[in-house]
Amino acid sequence: MKELPLLTLLTLMPLLGGGLALLASRQPILSRRIAFAAALLALAGAAFLWAQFDTARPGWQFVERAAWVPSLGIDYYLGLDGLGLLMVLLSALLVPFAMLASWNIGRNPPLFFALILFLESGLFGTFTALNFFHWFIFWELGLLPAFFLVKIWGGPARTRAATQFFIYTLAGSVAMLLSFLALYAATGLFDFGQLAALARQDALPDALFARLGGSLFKSRETLAGLVFLGVFLGFAVKAPLMPFHTWLPSAYAEAPTGAAMLLTGAMSKMGVYGFLRILLPLFPGQMRALQTPLLCLAVATIVFSAAAALAQRDLKRMAAYSSLNHVGYCLLGIFAAVQLTGPAAAWTTEKAAALNGVMLQMFNHGLTAAALFYFVGLIEQRAGGLRGLDDFGGLRKAAPVFCGLMGITLFASIGLPGLNGFVGEFLIFKGALPLVGWAAAVSTLGLLITAIFLLAILQRVFSGPLQERWSAWKDLTTGERLALAPVIALMFLLGICPQILVSVSNPAALAIVKLL
Amino acid sequence: MLPWTIYISFLGALALVLLPPERRRAARATALLTALAGLAAALGGAAQYERHAPPGALVDLVNAPWIANLGIRFHLAADGISVTLVLLTGIAAVAGVLFSWNIESRTREFFALYLALIGGVYGVFLSFDFFLLFVFYEISIIPKYFLITVWGSTRREYGAMKLALYSLVGSAMVLVGLIAAYVVSGSRTLDLLELADYPFPPAFQHWAFLLVFVGFAVLAGLWPFHTWAPTGHVAAPTAASMLLAGVVMKLGAYGALRVAMTLFPEGLFFWQNVIALLAVIGIVYGAAAALVQRDLKFVIGYSSVSHMGFVLLGLMTLTQIGLSGAVLQMFSHGIVAGLLFAVVGRMIYDRAHTRELSELQPMNLSAAAPFVAAAFVLAGAASMGIPGFSGFIAEFQVLAGAWGIFPRLTILAGLGILLGIAYVLRVWIKALFAENDPMPAAVRFEPVSIPERAGTFLLLGTTLLVGLWPSVLLNLIAPTLRSPQFQTLWKGGSP
Repeated sequence: MKELPLLTLLTLMPLLGGGLALLASRQPILSRRIAFAAALLALAGAAFLWAQFDTARPGWQFVERAAWVPSLGIDYYLGLDGLGLLMVLLSALLVPFAMLASWNIGRNPPLFFALILFLESGLFGTFTALNFFHWFIFWELGLLPAFFLVKIWGGPARTRAATQFFIYTLAGSVAMLLSFLALYAATGLFDFGQLAALARQDALPDALFARLGGSLFKSRETLAGLVFLGVFLGFAVKAPLMPFHTWLPSAYAEAPTGAAMLLTGAMSKMGVYGFLRILLPLFPGQMRALQTPLLCLAVATIVFSAAAALAQRDLKRMAAYSSLNHVGYCLLGIFAAVQLTGPAAAWTTEKAAALNGVMLQMFNHGLTAAALFYFVGLIEQRAGGLRGLDDFGGLRKAAPVFCGLMGITLFASIGLPGLNGFVGEFLIFKGALPLVGWAAAVSTLGLLITAIFLLAILQRVFSGPLQERWSAWKDLTTGERLALAPVIALMFLLGICPQILVSVSNPAALAIVKLL
Repeated sequence: MLPWTIYISFLGALALVLLPPERRRAARATALLTALAGLAAALGGAAQYERHAPPGALVDLVNAPWIANLGIRFHLAADGISVTLVLLTGIAAVAGVLFSWNIESRTREFFALYLALIGGVYGVFLSFDFFLLFVFYEISIIPKYFLITVWGSTRREYGAMKLALYSLVGSAMVLVGLIAAYVVSGSRTLDLLELADYPFPPAFQHWAFLLVFVGFAVLAGLWPFHTWAPTGHVAAPTAASMLLAGVVMKLGAYGALRVAMTLFPEGLFFWQNVIALLAVIGIVYGAAAALVQRDLKFVIGYSSVSHMGFVLLGLMTLTQIGLSGAVLQMFSHGIVAGLLFAVVGRMIYDRAHTRELSELQPMNLSAAAPFVAAAFVLAGAASMGIPGFSGFIAEFQVLAGAWGIFPRLTILAGLGILLGIAYVLRVWIKALFAENDPMPAAVRFEPVSIPERAGTFLLLGTTLLVGLWPSVLLNLIAPTLRSPQFQTLWKGGSP
């Protein structure tokens, strides 16, 4: 019997669900139910993949391959490894959570839920495609819904935020597209694996230079470096890495809660994923040559975003900068792993630790940051739009459960051992310290500042005297508790038994280390 | 089956002329049936071609003496490129009728001219005798003028006259080239295939190529001869601007490829860099101009200049992938620009009675006319070159082909893509969404009619089909480019 094309089915499920939700748009409640059911089905599908995934087997699993555009050498080529699986699981987990967060969205709910599902489909496709053409379709598919989610349902400055987000991301995409077309013009390949194989033999720069070298590009290194920069730009904007992050604070702050959760939880991971899956295997030489500047950017992202969060007075912006800071650690881990270390076998443990840390951090930050935005959204909703750090105080008395669960989320975000955030950051630093001591040392400053501002949130919002106007503050409702329960449970579970994730991520991390 | 596309269209036009003028519904039905029959013949012919012809082969359809003592023949033939463009014409023709369903004044004459134009366009794409091709080319220009002056809108006399003058000057240049080729070859034939085999002296090719190429490319919106395009598009009634951008601009690009490039390859190599530069200027200039327009239809008009720049750039790469991208871009732009003009000219303008962005914004179309807004968003995404729509795979091939030859221009064209994203984004925001909170009460618009829906689905479905499954056309285009008639174009081999 031919195997079911599981990944295709998983990718199509949200698209189909979104289409059905739109068809039922005359009955918003039915439409919302359809959308939520589709999201749960996708989650079940992702869980099924996880159950079927064989951690002992190296390489791609659930592979689907067929000729797609033969005249251009494009294959329909899908597969999953540990990294892809983690990201698919994360996306599938966050979508229902985000839907619950915006359950009572006011304007045109069917469109809202459909767009979230289309976005999910884009995420699934991005995390499973192994051919540039195919991958790029989904990479962009995620962007259009995200734009409209911010533009239609966002806060007062939504138009500017959405436009900036869209233009920045697409500018990065166009640069990346040009680079991939240059690679294609030089090699005739779009397959990530085949391109990486060429890159390992250091044949990519030669091929590029043979085809495109000449008047404009005089040396092999410049040309390869420029092609690298194009791809880099695409991911650096998406992740984002400073100084390409300027779209982020306003986009996150203006986005409706559900969309903000997905933007930070899942879409920022698309950028980090691109660094790991595409940039690292295709351009190891270029990354190595530019390692110091790249590390400086990662460190700057970590430290400055933490400092910026400390300076904010708006809870949502604080969460946005905090998210930027946490993604920074992922990039630190990746850039540390490209360190040239002599014989190939040396330092493998450190590099694997760093990359495992990156993957864990991607997953855990997705979970924690989404939960954080969920809480900020709840505060904003209960306070009638207020979300200033100084607007509140003493809420603990009025809403103990609210305070307790948000406290857990904040501690998870700080990286308290025992909660999910700790392991990833620990492994990143464990790997990065011996490899690039200075960068890791400076980055610890970020850890410190993060702890300060996250604790400040806890203190300013929940401790102190309860303000008169918030005396009737409602604690978490049963629905909200139910939405949060699985997420909070996961925070503990993954904090105590990180091997659940490591067993999946480790083979993928080792495979990447081999490419370096 | 393919020649029937031509005959059916002219027969339909004739039938309409014979119809009593007050029978508007019968006129519409006749037009729709004719267009559908033409599309059916195109699809049938394409299927026949795919099934029976060897991949990429040139198949003779009709080859009969016409003006015997001048060596002029009625020679119709088809290869994969002709078939692709005939399919485009068929789809655009049906969509154009659907979006002209509400024409009330002189319906009969409108559709008669419309079908004559379509017949001419089919003819150009299937003609392999230079003279015959020229006749069909002229047939498709004349109805254009009347469609605009009689049924047009903004400054229609000006737009129509400008279009006609540009087209006629272009035609005159082509005609001079045609006569020169006839005289110089001395072979008493105007058959394109025989002329292509004749080794014209290089010095002659240099100027003959320029004359014929530019003569055709005027109609393809080659910068700086593009200025007829925005004014013509804006002045034209919806169906006419759909056809103008959708297929008539392709006539120019097609003629440039089929006639100028294959007949005078030496001239092509001589002018290659200059024309590529003009093409990229067109890409960037068209997009930049679209970015600052206040009239929505002008935005689309300038966007056509930008998108046709990709066709011309692709032609100038002289690589198989670049040319394949150019042909696919002709098809794609025909569909996408057609849809954009339909949304703007028919679905928005006929309801809102304005195309000024500043007046559209308060109407909050996203809430007042969700179907229209969704169609505009999807058409805009296709125009941006979002992958999954046909424009992406076309521009993608053009740029892949251009990289190896014009790296600087490729990067500039990338900038053009970015500007293209920006102008679509700008009109999405300005035309569809009101800015002030709370939203103004929704304006009541007449609901979207069935023909409009059908036309929208036809065009959107086509661009998505080609975007997701480009092989449906590339299987026609790619082998054709490997066939002997294009061999002279590949200098020093081709990837």
